[in-house]
Amino acid sequence: MIHLDDVSRTFGTPDGGSYRALDRISFSIAAGTFCAIVGPSGCGKSTLLNIMAGLIPPSSGALRVGGAELTGVNRRATYMFQQDALLPWKDVRDNVALGLTLAGVARAEAHARADAWLERVGLTAFRRHFPSQLSGGMRKRVTMAQNWIIDRDVLLMDEPFSALDIHTRQRMEAELLGLWESSGEAPRGGAADTRLDESRTGRKTIVFVTHDLEEALALADRVIVLSAGPASRVVSDHVVAIARPRDLLELRTQPGFLDLYRTVWADLRDEVIKSQREAHG
Amino acid sequence: MTRILAWQIGLGAAILAAWEWGVRAALLDPFFVSRPGAIAGRVAEWTMSGAIWAHLAVTLEEAVLGLIIGGVLGIGLGFILARSSFAARVADPYIKMLNAVPRVVLAPLFLLWFGLGIWSKVALAVTLVFFVMFFNTYQGVRDADRVLIDNVRMLGASERQLVRHVLVPSALTWIFSSLQTSLGFAMVGAVVGEYLGSARGLGYVISQAEGTFDTTGVFAGMFVLAVVVVIVSAGVTRVERYLLRWKSS
Repeated sequence: MIHLDDVSRTFGTPDGGSYRALDRISFSIAAGTFCAIVGPSGCGKSTLLNIMAGLIPPSSGALRVGGAELTGVNRRATYMFQQDALLPWKDVRDNVALGLTLAGVARAEAHARADAWLERVGLTAFRRHFPSQLSGGMRKRVTMAQNWIIDRDVLLMDEPFSALDIHTRQRMEAELLGLWESSGEAPRGGAADTRLDESRTGRKTIVFVTHDLEEALALADRVIVLSAGPASRVVSDHVVAIARPRDLLELRTQPGFLDLYRTVWADLRDEVIKSQREAHG
Repeated sequence: MTRILAWQIGLGAAILAAWEWGVRAALLDPFFVSRPGAIAGRVAEWTMSGAIWAHLAVTLEEAVLGLIIGGVLGIGLGFILARSSFAARVADPYIKMLNAVPRVVLAPLFLLWFGLGIWSKVALAVTLVFFVMFFNTYQGVRDADRVLIDNVRMLGASERQLVRHVLVPSALTWIFSSLQTSLGFAMVGAVVGEYLGSARGLGYVISQAEGTFDTTGVFAGMFVLAVVVVIVSAGVTRVERYLLRWKSS
């Protein structure tokens, strides 16, 4: 679904110099995969996600989405940002329906479909509230409904739950997995499914950026570790072979999970130490 | 809330009582400062006879026209310049220069250009309202949250939809917050314009009174003006509270 080929990104700095955030990143994410990207703070994870979203172009290298070179905003993806991105002046229902409204869906139909989604995320009673009247967890649920209602192939997520308290966060992770696992069949092996670029028939492709390895391993099929910035590259790439559906509350204490955690953490730890050395001179 | 109101009324009453007492005790000369009782009598006389309503209507008409025209121009230009940083940079020194011109100096010019009728006053109000609206719109559009813009883009918004769903509402919050200021400026423009040359309006009433050393008339005119502004402001506050109801819970 997503192919990055030697993607680099350099930013100009205020003093006239340049800062290389990403250095020749290459990987492919198959359709229907839940892929997590982890790395220490400042490693360019968000930059990478913004490039996949088409919000910023790569300085060099190629990015293909669904087989086509990406130019401009990625129309096959939606994006859950770290910060709140609900429109504060629209009520919950209008926020959920926003993607439909923008696509020209009639108001009555857009509202009906938004109501159905609000029921799914348990916020029917709050549909006429404004975002400022909701808790952080509720706002995230509204955001999930807003992203899911227009049913794009790809969902990009940039540390979406990092601002929540630990319990709310675990609940949101479970809800996310619930939505995703029930959104279609996992891609099966076989000739028809080896073409990465065919349009999605089952689950969304999720790219989930986080600095929390535990969260990454609990949610994803695959974890890509980025090195400390500047000039981040891919350090390693791990498959998370834990069966689905997953029980997030029990998962973290299971031996298989802990072994995997140790393996990936060995890669990540070095990068975290490097980034801390960088930050403290 | 009622405690604040009680104190507000008390404060006003105390000042008026002190003033009245000062005049009666011959500490203040009523020729210069008049007297609350006399001013109240004059206001009552004006409202009873109905003489003041026609003047008030003219002043309000000028202020509202000034507010609307100044608003449309200011919001329009604010939007254009906020969306084009090239145009903004080109226009920047001129806007600063124009904003630095004292409006009173313009009044005689406007009288010359637009005559003694309402339009010279409207023009003066426009020059005051325009800049408030312009700066607030410009700020509001420039300040629109980057994440909101990116999110709406990702959800499929075209440039026009981006303007409609994010930039306009974002600017409106700034514009509404400045509506009180704009309204005050519109009234100031209308009254100053009338004061400097007209045959109708509150400014005319005040200037006529001044011409005959009728301080009671001057204070009565100022009082009517103040009451009107307070009433209109209260209305604006209610509209503002409704339109910005999403802001806090």
